[in-house]
Amino acid sequence: MQAERIQEKLEILADAAKYDVSCSSSGSNRKNTKGGLGNTGAGICHTYTEDGRCVSLLKILLTNHCIFDCAYCVSRRSNDIKRAAFTVQEVVDLTINFYRRNYIEGLFLSSGIFKDADFTMERLVLVAKKLRQEHHFNGYIHLKTIPGASDELLYEAGLYADRLSVNLEIPTESGLKLLAPEKNRKDMDEPMDYLKGEIVRTKEEKKIIKSTPKFAPAGQSTQMIIGAADETDRHIIQTANHYYATYQLKRVYYSGYIPISHDKRLPGIGAAVPAIRENRLYQTDWLMRFYGFRHDEVLDEQHPNLDLDIDPKLSWALRHLDQFPVDINKSPYELIVRVPGIGVTSAKKIVAARKFGKLRLEHLQKIGVSLNKVRYFIICEGFLPLKSDKPAVLLKQYILAESQSKYQKALSSQLSLF
Amino acid sequence: MSTTVYYDGTWQGLLTAIFEDYEYRLQSCIIVKSGTAVTQSLFGRTHQVYTDKKKALRVKNGLLKNVGKAALQELYCAFLSEKEGIEVLILRVVQYYMAGEKSVHSNYAHEDVLQIKQIHKSVMRERHRFKAFVRFRESTDGIFLALIEPDFNVLPLISTHFKDRYADQLWIIYDVKRQYGLHYDKSTVREIVFDKSIDVKQLEAVCSTEEQLYDRLWKRYFQSTNIVERKNTKLHVQHVPKRYWKYLNEKEG
Repeated sequence: MQAERIQEKLEILADAAKYDVSCSSSGSNRKNTKGGLGNTGAGICHTYTEDGRCVSLLKILLTNHCIFDCAYCVSRRSNDIKRAAFTVQEVVDLTINFYRRNYIEGLFLSSGIFKDADFTMERLVLVAKKLRQEHHFNGYIHLKTIPGASDELLYEAGLYADRLSVNLEIPTESGLKLLAPEKNRKDMDEPMDYLKGEIVRTKEEKKIIKSTPKFAPAGQSTQMIIGAADETDRHIIQTANHYYATYQLKRVYYSGYIPISHDKRLPGIGAAVPAIRENRLYQTDWLMRFYGFRHDEVLDEQHPNLDLDIDPKLSWALRHLDQFPVDINKSPYELIVRVPGIGVTSAKKIVAARKFGKLRLEHLQKIGVSLNKVRYFIICEGFLPLKSDKPAVLLKQYILAESQSKYQKALSSQLSLF
Repeated sequence: MSTTVYYDGTWQGLLTAIFEDYEYRLQSCIIVKSGTAVTQSLFGRTHQVYTDKKKALRVKNGLLKNVGKAALQELYCAFLSEKEGIEVLILRVVQYYMAGEKSVHSNYAHEDVLQIKQIHKSVMRERHRFKAFVRFRESTDGIFLALIEPDFNVLPLISTHFKDRYADQLWIIYDVKRQYGLHYDKSTVREIVFDKSIDVKQLEAVCSTEEQLYDRLWKRYFQSTNIVERKNTKLHVQHVPKRYWKYLNEKEG
């Protein structure tokens, strides 16, 4: 049965694609065309799987046949698993029919490398081209860039896709050499560099000629696997920072390694997924992108790893008590947003609301600020910070004693105090 | 003396009621949909509002001038929450907005304003959810039908989204709780009400073989894309609360 075969392929190729964590579908605003189907930019998560991850895109591999043998990957050549491959038309039909039923925002298509880079890339591009040109599909398309693919194919990919991505996989070059000796960083950097150039060029051109066709309007992203090699958090964040700065990436994703192999070079099957570490890395990433922190403020030679028991902003604040207390009614936005317990949204509300009168602690609470952390770091109307004379170690204990971390169970008592 | 005000339950009607509160110095203490049972206070008056587009427009324009489009939209969304007492809260906030200086709507320290912001936020969250949690089933005659039961009356807020996105497709989104829906015929969206004799659940069951295939594929996809080692039921239920499962095919047994 045709239907059963499709179902089996979908199971195999969705299962193999699930380790790619990116599910973003915003960052592009493609409007629907006359008589066309779909648009992008709403950033909708249509459902969530039982692991709590959002499902926004139909995330599949074109095939899980692969000529490479990377230790951390389920689809590696030497792994004895069921293999399958979709035809171009099958992927197109699935995407259109899922989209019409409001299941998804679009397609995230990746692939194992079969034959060679260009051969694989060509088929990915063909899917996107068919969707855009034959089905007038204006939903979101994320294509994986295959390292080593020719510039001509990359260019074509950029014309149809909203986002393109190359995964760095392992944060350090030494780790990559150990776990994926057939791959090298240079092959990943080259397509990123080429695409960055085209994205910048298109943006410039669009300012002058409005009809310039879109080129990967949602930019590029990448992913690193966390905890497969022996990198420190500082290595990871330095690498992330380098790629944000050099290639103007929109996002770097951090994916806690899920043990899938008995390979001696890797954590064994049954080892825990480093979920807390992954979360702390995302928090640090956010501090860099939205809170005005430099990467070397959060992690440095003395502190190469993030605390697991407290968030990186609180950790930074406890190391820089000389920069506190911050006056809620007077300090600039940039300082307010650095206070532990105050997020970007709350900081903006504070700055808006204080024009109408002095803010007190109860105002902050109503705005949505977490007083538990905040009250050690701020001055506001009728309030001076608690225990401001106490050393950081004690403050940390006070805060931890009064907070309920969702990770409490997972955190062992052996965690080092900083 | 305080007054109990009756209006027709529409947004235009509420704006008219707000206008008349000024016009007749009503000191409205309760504003409710006509027909709602209210305990009358002994010396209270009652006032019946007849929706008047001109009066409603004057309130709208006054708000646009004083606090702008976004703040007006916030009030409209708060109205769609259908929360008990929302009408009087909106009235008080309108009075505060009209009396104050230009940007009073961003005074997060003001009790009523903050409350409107919070209700607006939950309505917008529900609106966003129902851009996500609508599941169309294609019927044998080519109409894509979805049933929903949102907490708030969000259909007016998602109409444009679905019209733009599924411009080349016939669709109906029906609010089972409020017994009305939107029907799109490839050019305009109209409100519809199904005849009482129609069982909506039955309507949904009439679907093509292709529909059955994609329904099954979606369910399989939902299972396959899950990472068992990362199971996190708490997070899953937080994002997809159980009350929404009823119409999500991937959550069917």
